[in-house]
Amino acid sequence: MIAALAFYVFAAILLVSAGMVVSARNPVHSVLFLILAFFNAAALFLLAGAEFLAMILVIVYVGAVAVLFLFVVMMLDINFAQLREGFQRYLPVGATIGVVLLAELVVVLGGWRFAPEATSLRFAPTQAGLHNTAQLGRLIYTDYILLFQASGLILLVAMIGAIVLTLRDKGASRRQSIARQVARGPADTLVMVDVRSGAGVGEIGILRPLVDEPEPAGDAHAGHDHAGHGHGGHH
Amino acid sequence: MHAFLQTPLGVVILTLAEALALLVPLLMGVAYLTYAERKVLAAIQMRRGPNVVGPFGLFQPFADAIKMVMKETIIPTGANRLLFLMAPMLTFALAMIAWAVIPVNDGWAIANINVGVLYLFAISSLGVYGVIIAGWASNSKYAFLGALRSAAQMVSYEVSMGFIMVTVLICVGSLNLNDIVMAQRTVWFCVPLFPMFIMFFISTLAETNRSPFDLPEGESEIVAGFFVEYSAMSFALFFLGEYANMILMSAMTTILFLGGWLAPFGLEPFTWIPGPIWFIAKVMVVLFGFLWVRATFPRYRYDQLMRLGWKVFLPLSLGYLVLVAGVLLVMGWLPHVA
Amino acid sequence: MAFLDRTARSLLLGELAGGMALTLKYIFKRKATINYPYEKGPISPRFKGEHALRRYPNGEERCIACKLCEAVCPAQAITIEAEPREDGSRRTTRYDIDMTKCIYCGLCEEACPVDAIVEGPNFEFATETREELLYNKDRLLANGDRWEPELARRLELDAPYR
Repeated sequence: MIAALAFYVFAAILLVSAGMVVSARNPVHSVLFLILAFFNAAALFLLAGAEFLAMILVIVYVGAVAVLFLFVVMMLDINFAQLREGFQRYLPVGATIGVVLLAELVVVLGGWRFAPEATSLRFAPTQAGLHNTAQLGRLIYTDYILLFQASGLILLVAMIGAIVLTLRDKGASRRQSIARQVARGPADTLVMVDVRSGAGVGEIGILRPLVDEPEPAGDAHAGHDHAGHGHGGHH
Repeated sequence: MHAFLQTPLGVVILTLAEALALLVPLLMGVAYLTYAERKVLAAIQMRRGPNVVGPFGLFQPFADAIKMVMKETIIPTGANRLLFLMAPMLTFALAMIAWAVIPVNDGWAIANINVGVLYLFAISSLGVYGVIIAGWASNSKYAFLGALRSAAQMVSYEVSMGFIMVTVLICVGSLNLNDIVMAQRTVWFCVPLFPMFIMFFISTLAETNRSPFDLPEGESEIVAGFFVEYSAMSFALFFLGEYANMILMSAMTTILFLGGWLAPFGLEPFTWIPGPIWFIAKVMVVLFGFLWVRATFPRYRYDQLMRLGWKVFLPLSLGYLVLVAGVLLVMGWLPHVA
Repeated sequence: MAFLDRTARSLLLGELAGGMALTLKYIFKRKATINYPYEKGPISPRFKGEHALRRYPNGEERCIACKLCEAVCPAQAITIEAEPREDGSRRTTRYDIDMTKCIYCGLCEEACPVDAIVEGPNFEFATETREELLYNKDRLLANGDRWEPELARRLELDAPYR
């Protein structure tokens, strides 16, 4: 009884918050409703006995993905007036497409029934005496390891692609080499000079490091070539 | 009486009583952690610290609490009122609910669930929301900068923390916190997994926004970061949440690496002391580490923080994970999965 | 070899451990601070604290209303009004110091030909309202009466250097 009640409460909140994600005026509120929806989905997983999935949903989607969502949405500077400008003009077309899609969905879902033996037709039937963490592990890492690895590779390719598209290192930036800084000892930088009284130090440059440090590539021309572009500040 | 505790109402009352029995000492612990922090920092800086309110200044936390409650809550004009007030409550509530799964002694947890580690990890990864929402809802640039910093920082360090936890889990073969502690009966995991222990400790510092990773606060750069605009009780909730999180992370370190409530090596004179006392003592040692680190190291620069997280901790923890898994597999020490 | 040494040091967090050891050592050092309201640090005889107007041992007030202090005061904190007393001597009818303006430079003390206005050793005269910091002649004379032994000793100690 309590479980059923809990199911309906969580399901109702999930649906309402999913609706609010679309209808909320403020995009930040939308993301927060999305997070609420994730939470309720996790709760539904819990009720279904899939505690591992529930926790993973919270960790991955709420703890990482939605944070980045929120991060981006907060940085957005949206002009709502401009966004709503063409609303009236595009309303007829948009409404027509919406109605067509809705009709298609109704037609498809109206004729859809569960097969009577649906539970026994499952790809990976649950094994008795193993809890779902172990079962998931066996499925993903033993039975479908190749598919799993393939999806990992695809994600890796996507990641490399994103980096290649966005990384624009023109060689003009100077990086901190912590290893080199740490490796620098007093012997490399300090020179004790015996100065005769009244004579002074012969040359100004004596306090510079005596070892020839290779200048970072591109740094030499950064000073005059790109002088007008605003990265002379660090020199 | 026993029959009554089996009824639904009885279960609810029992759970509430358990929660109260855990939260009241916890909040006292939070109060005295603030006191301990001031005393330890003072000692390291050759000062005296609070010593006026009560004997040795022991009532200082209560004086501070009364001050916080009596002050006026100020809500900035441009702030989003609802979210502005929700953020500190969220921070505080998250710091409290995580304690539901922490076992203080064998089986002494409010909820001894199968996926305790994941639950803890999930809750601690939610902590960032309090900070982000506070930073955004304040409608202040310093607060927003603090929120941005903390978002990137907490997400980055969670990754390596996750790998470190997985290493421990491989050695245990269970996600249950009770099992994790019991797996350390022969040797605490901080011995075979010492590098992971150190990395985990450093990651918890970053995760709780403690010095030297307190960039979201960054008093010297962005005033107080995400909670500049907060005052009175809403500020107090952030404050309590931060310290409760510190205790939580210390408890997590204790459970994962320091053998929870177990006496060292199960030796005879040590086992006479009851488990909860060992647990509290270990948590206090880790907490002292937090304070000690704060007194010792200056704040990281932001790019150095990111470098440490992604270029040092991530490869190291991943490499050690593979090493541990390989050793366990080759030696045939993999724990049996139930 | 040097490379190995360096790498080992940085991987074993040698410098971090060194820093931690140093701070741990400092926990057990003697405190540099004093337990203030119960202990106080030594104060030089030249310390410039709260002002006081002194009297001669026979009870006659020293101030002769020359107004040198008023003239020299860089913050213009001193206000003096004077007229002859019944016995014909020149005395102040009003001697006010606005302690909120005073910068404790001690020039009034230097300017005074009869050592009447002095800055005493008292630095604990915080008040709850601003008005309490606007000292009048009565308050200053009362200060002088209260601190006289101390004030006389300070002047005596400082005399060789003047």
